[in-house]
Amino acid sequence: MGEFKVHRVRFFNYVPSGIRCVAYNNQSNRLAVSRTDGTVEIYNLSANYFQEKFFPGHESRATEALCWAKGQRLFSAGLNGEIIEYDLQALNIKYAMDAFGGPIWSMAASPSGSQLLVGCEDGSVKLFQITPGKIQFERNFDRQKRSAIHKMLVDRQYMGVSKRKCIIWGVAFLSDGTVISVDSAGKVQFWDSATGTLVKNHLIANADVQSIAVSDQEDSFVVGTAEGTVFHFQLVSVTSNSSEKQWVRTKPFQHHTHDVRAVAHSPTALISGGTDTHLVIRPLMEKVEVKNYDAALRKITFPHRRLISCSKKKQLLLFQFAHHLELWQLGSTVATGKNGDTLPLSKDADHLLHLKTKGPENIICSCISPCGSWIAYSTASRFFLYRLSYERDNISLQRVSKMPAFLRSALQILFSEDSAKLFVASNQGSLHIIRLLEGSFKHLHTFQPQSGTVESMCLLAVSPDGNWLAASGTSAGVHVYNVKNLKLHCTVPAYNFPVTALAIAPSTNNLVIAHSDQQVFEYSIPDKQYTEWSRTIQKQGFHHLWLQRDTPITHISFHLKRPMHILLHDAYMFCIIDKSLPLPNDKTLLYNPLPPKNESDVIRRRTAHAFKISKIYKPLLFMDLLDERTLVAVERPLDDIIAQLPPPIKKKKFGT
Amino acid sequence: MVEQERVRVVRCGGSELNFRRAVFSADSKYIFCVSGDFVKVYSTATEECVHILQGHRNLVTGIQLNPNNHLQLYSCSFDGTIKLWDYVDGILIKTFIVGHKLHALFTVARAEDSVFVTINKEKPDIFQLVSVKLPKSSSQEIESKELSFVLDYINQSPKYIAFGNEGEYVAAVRDFYLSVYFFKKKTTSRFTLSSSRNKKHAKNNFTCVACHPKEDCIATGHKDGKIRLWRNFDDDKKYTYTCLHWHHDMVMDLAFSVTGTSLLSGGRESVLVEWRDAAEKNKEFLPRLGATIEHISVSPAGDLFCTSHSDNKIIVIHRNLEASAVIQGLVKDSNIFTGLMIDPRTKALVLNGKPGHLQFYSLQSDKQLYNLDIVQQEYINDYGLIQIELTKAAFGCYGNWLATVEQRQEKETELELQMKLWMYNKKTQGFVLNTKVNMPHEDHITALCFCNAEKSENPTLVTASKDGHFKVWILTDDSDIYKKAVGWTCDFVGSYHKYQATNCCFSEDGSLLAVSFEEIVTIWDSETWELKCTFCQRAGKIRHLCFGRLTCSKYLLGATENGILCCWNLLSCALEWSAKLNVRVMEPDLNSENIAAISHSSMGSDLFVFKPSEPRPLYIQKNISREEVQWGVFVPRDVPESFTSEAYQWLNRSQFYFLTKSQSLLTLSTKSPEEKLTPTSKQVFLGWSNCPDKILVSSCLKDVGLAASVLRSTLCEVELPSAVTVKTLPPSSPPLHIAVQSRDALLFCSPRNLLAALCWGWERDLGI
Repeated sequence: MGEFKVHRVRFFNYVPSGIRCVAYNNQSNRLAVSRTDGTVEIYNLSANYFQEKFFPGHESRATEALCWAKGQRLFSAGLNGEIIEYDLQALNIKYAMDAFGGPIWSMAASPSGSQLLVGCEDGSVKLFQITPGKIQFERNFDRQKRSAIHKMLVDRQYMGVSKRKCIIWGVAFLSDGTVISVDSAGKVQFWDSATGTLVKNHLIANADVQSIAVSDQEDSFVVGTAEGTVFHFQLVSVTSNSSEKQWVRTKPFQHHTHDVRAVAHSPTALISGGTDTHLVIRPLMEKVEVKNYDAALRKITFPHRRLISCSKKKQLLLFQFAHHLELWQLGSTVATGKNGDTLPLSKDADHLLHLKTKGPENIICSCISPCGSWIAYSTASRFFLYRLSYERDNISLQRVSKMPAFLRSALQILFSEDSAKLFVASNQGSLHIIRLLEGSFKHLHTFQPQSGTVESMCLLAVSPDGNWLAASGTSAGVHVYNVKNLKLHCTVPAYNFPVTALAIAPSTNNLVIAHSDQQVFEYSIPDKQYTEWSRTIQKQGFHHLWLQRDTPITHISFHLKRPMHILLHDAYMFCIIDKSLPLPNDKTLLYNPLPPKNESDVIRRRTAHAFKISKIYKPLLFMDLLDERTLVAVERPLDDIIAQLPPPIKKKKFGT
Repeated sequence: MVEQERVRVVRCGGSELNFRRAVFSADSKYIFCVSGDFVKVYSTATEECVHILQGHRNLVTGIQLNPNNHLQLYSCSFDGTIKLWDYVDGILIKTFIVGHKLHALFTVARAEDSVFVTINKEKPDIFQLVSVKLPKSSSQEIESKELSFVLDYINQSPKYIAFGNEGEYVAAVRDFYLSVYFFKKKTTSRFTLSSSRNKKHAKNNFTCVACHPKEDCIATGHKDGKIRLWRNFDDDKKYTYTCLHWHHDMVMDLAFSVTGTSLLSGGRESVLVEWRDAAEKNKEFLPRLGATIEHISVSPAGDLFCTSHSDNKIIVIHRNLEASAVIQGLVKDSNIFTGLMIDPRTKALVLNGKPGHLQFYSLQSDKQLYNLDIVQQEYINDYGLIQIELTKAAFGCYGNWLATVEQRQEKETELELQMKLWMYNKKTQGFVLNTKVNMPHEDHITALCFCNAEKSENPTLVTASKDGHFKVWILTDDSDIYKKAVGWTCDFVGSYHKYQATNCCFSEDGSLLAVSFEEIVTIWDSETWELKCTFCQRAGKIRHLCFGRLTCSKYLLGATENGILCCWNLLSCALEWSAKLNVRVMEPDLNSENIAAISHSSMGSDLFVFKPSEPRPLYIQKNISREEVQWGVFVPRDVPESFTSEAYQWLNRSQFYFLTKSQSLLTLSTKSPEEKLTPTSKQVFLGWSNCPDKILVSSCLKDVGLAASVLRSTLCEVELPSAVTVKTLPPSSPPLHIAVQSRDALLFCSPRNLLAALCWGWERDLGI
């Protein structure tokens, strides 16, 4: 393993948006998460909690409610008064429909999935019929028209001090007629809906209780508070031989620092998200059958896709934010030092460009060409291509106009190694190849999706010689196209878990595929089969610690001079796989730090195995090889994110 | 009779009241607690000991009410028996011989004829919970060897075991796991907490367990101060728990109220916490209970709680969290620096009590009489904090004066010393601070003694210190024109060749003062403070020094560190005799010439009693204790004994008490002292008023005959027997009334009705 000079980049000032709603779909075991900027993300809980789909946000579309209906249909509603249905195959918005009641604050689907109920700002509740293609307005319940059957008055007293207002933040209606309410005074109250009386009162927090979610069996529920605590309530029998049951507050979980705005209850886990931008999945140990990595607590902070692209030649980094792009020139140094030294910069990193998008839509994807002279990005409705030219210290940007009509929205953009071609995966499932010329472009070809599928491709990889293009969707296998004769070359056999990263090795043209279950395959494109090394590692199996990592591999690259090396990283580690060394078995130490220098070569060789792992850089958002001896690592420390969030509710800590 | 006169070492009172949870009677009138080999029955209203249930021949380890007859009490002991008592009359009903050493006792209403005990088999640290079938039989002693095994590998203390839901299941905790055994299903579920070494879970150890009386809910206390409420524990997978966290240190004990609506917890913070409805936000506190709460128990009627504390105290607490009574035994948890002393006035044993306090403990009634705060500073209980320690104390002038020395040393060079002199105030019946001397010496004070001679008109105190000086302090007028105020000043400073002064002692008549300077003993004239003579034996530093008394007053005894006991003749100024004896304790008897010396070797401690006039000991008792004896004292007897045997005659006028390193207070007796000294079952408290501001209360009347004689003698104004102690009523109480107290009723009568009232009280107590 060679030594590298590492650019340790910490100026990627990325702050994820806070989580506003979460909705769990029991049928497909998927979780929909909406953020305050309107982004909706879909996590596949069966596939190691991989974020498989996302819908870009929109400035005016702040979601306030999210729900699944009829198993596969996802609806959201927000402050612009629209109900939106998402197309989960094509990854775009199917339609948006105004409810005509002002901002929508809440939404619920009937258990059968045939009706949708929204609560609007004007106090009305509107009922919609869900038809196969659309939704249809059915009825309006105005708050004046019908008299309430029961009025449950919430006690405003809070620890003896009466607050001005007590807001009910959430209710749950159980099938036995119990109503559970959570309110701003920190109470969880149980009501009898038949008589409208308070049955039980739990004071659980000094701050607001903001969210509630009940399990499908109605034997447990979860509430989230503004102090960042999540409480679990369970229905337990009073004595073992009586049928009488009572709700008991059981475990508190403190995984958040800020308000828990949304909670969900899957059969095996409690899911919570809030202002502090983490999505926390806390498994319920009693419900987990086998003790595998599903039984571990997960904290998802960063998107499972690439936000950074890099121009190796010019040492440029392109950072993608929700509404702008930033182009940075890496710093440089003339100093040299020993292994582990921090070198002083002779030239600081330079912020070259700040490119704001037009319109309210969020950026979906972006890319900078390897030569550094092209930048492309796409929003949900428009595709932008820019030509950069450098004149000494000045930099000029020129938008390439007259984009063809079919290039409206891209899910993934990739430049070829020589920056002469641009590959665009559009949300219709097609792949466009565009030849870039000085200041203009030419559409070369479009690979249409396989007949019968409409699935969009969201991962692309091109071979360094530019002959092969690999593309993967969210579930089906990886397609390899021959760029020269513009034909589908082959399809890698489908695997159960979605692909998280793709790359084609130089010279050998081996396609390396990382899946969300942490498996890594190597597939020889010319031979149309898995390589010998890949078969060996599949036969022997990966190290158990490797399989227990909980973030997916988001980037794969190769060393030009060392064909046996594969460089890959996830959020918490950077790994170089040396295919020439023996594979580790479960008894060997997977994370062995660099062996001490003074040990003999024999010991070093004996302890060496194929996986060289470094955990110095974390959370690691991007890592790539600039040249043979230089690496660039982009980190985003969690403390920096927390520092940019609003201050949390102050709590007294014992002993301070 | 001669066989009975064998002297043996007996434990005498001062036993722990906090060894196990106290138990309330069904009507909350009485509280039972184990105390050494006995079970004591106290009245919750008056704090008085009503009965002592004796019969066990070893430590009593558990008591429980008989669930089928709430006027009966079961007790178990290390002697392998379970005894059933009628506690109202203090009668032993039955003895069940189990045979194993029993560590804890549990009763369950459902299991009518069996109880549960903890025994250990084979390995010393592995205990088993077994159920014992108690056979029905009319005989007094019944063999009950029918044991059936319930749970294995449990903890010894009953705090770690609890029965729930009327005996449906039993919960036991140990280390990091909770085991629940279900009697119906005959299955055991086990729940383990994480015990990994990381900081978060390192203190997850279970410390106590309690079961909800109505619901299937188990409360467990933990070392990190958390309380967990377990539910659904009949399912190995679906079990769940709630955490309650207020204690910052280990939870020592837990108890549910009778209805189960509230949970009580206590620990090192000395605060009783009441958790209402098992909610974290709904709790009440009873703070400042003085010492670590060791046990909590709840009365079956639900109106009272009680907490047992580490300073050997039981506090009875009302349902509304108000302390209503305190039962205080001998405080034992601090180091004894002052040694054992006898207060000449009350004949109470005086020694270190709570930190910074001097306790006055009545050997007769086995309870603390009085607690004198010497340091007079707030005590902060924190690990590693260096506290002010009370190191020396001495009584002088028949209990009129008390001298105390306290010290605090944080670093080698920073010594804080303070000597306080306290005067007895007859009006308040207590000691009042008279003089405070800051830094009386430059270094540690090694000895302190008053001149107790009868003729001496002026109280004199001598202090010896490591700084090489001894100082004589006398009482003088304290610059007051009315000459009413008095204070102590230093009168003389003596030294001898810059040696460290290690001991000092006055002769019986007060004419001579002996001060030892390391290896050398110096004799000083107490009138002129002239050095009269010196003795040196070159046998190591002098550890103990004392003058002979009465006929042997011409002798001076010294014990050295090298294990030599020397006796010098003061008339001839020569060594009379010496013996090789590694003396740890040397105590003179104030009523005779006898001197008791206790030596220590690896085999144990041996007692020697001798007269200074002859080197041959009067009495030798080998191996009085396996461990080192730290302190001893002769206590004058109220009623002289009449031992005929020559060897025991030294015990006729005084009794010898000694304290071992593990703080057990022992004495030598032919019978158990509690039997003799403590009030009997027919206890009569008599009182009368013969002058307007005094009331005489007699206690400890052994039998009716004595009570009658006291009555008669009182009426004839004959001198009272010493068993009657005089107490002054507080000024507010009606002076012309007398108090007649019988068991738990207190009556006031006017002197006119005196005789009638006394007779009434007497008759009632006789049960006529």
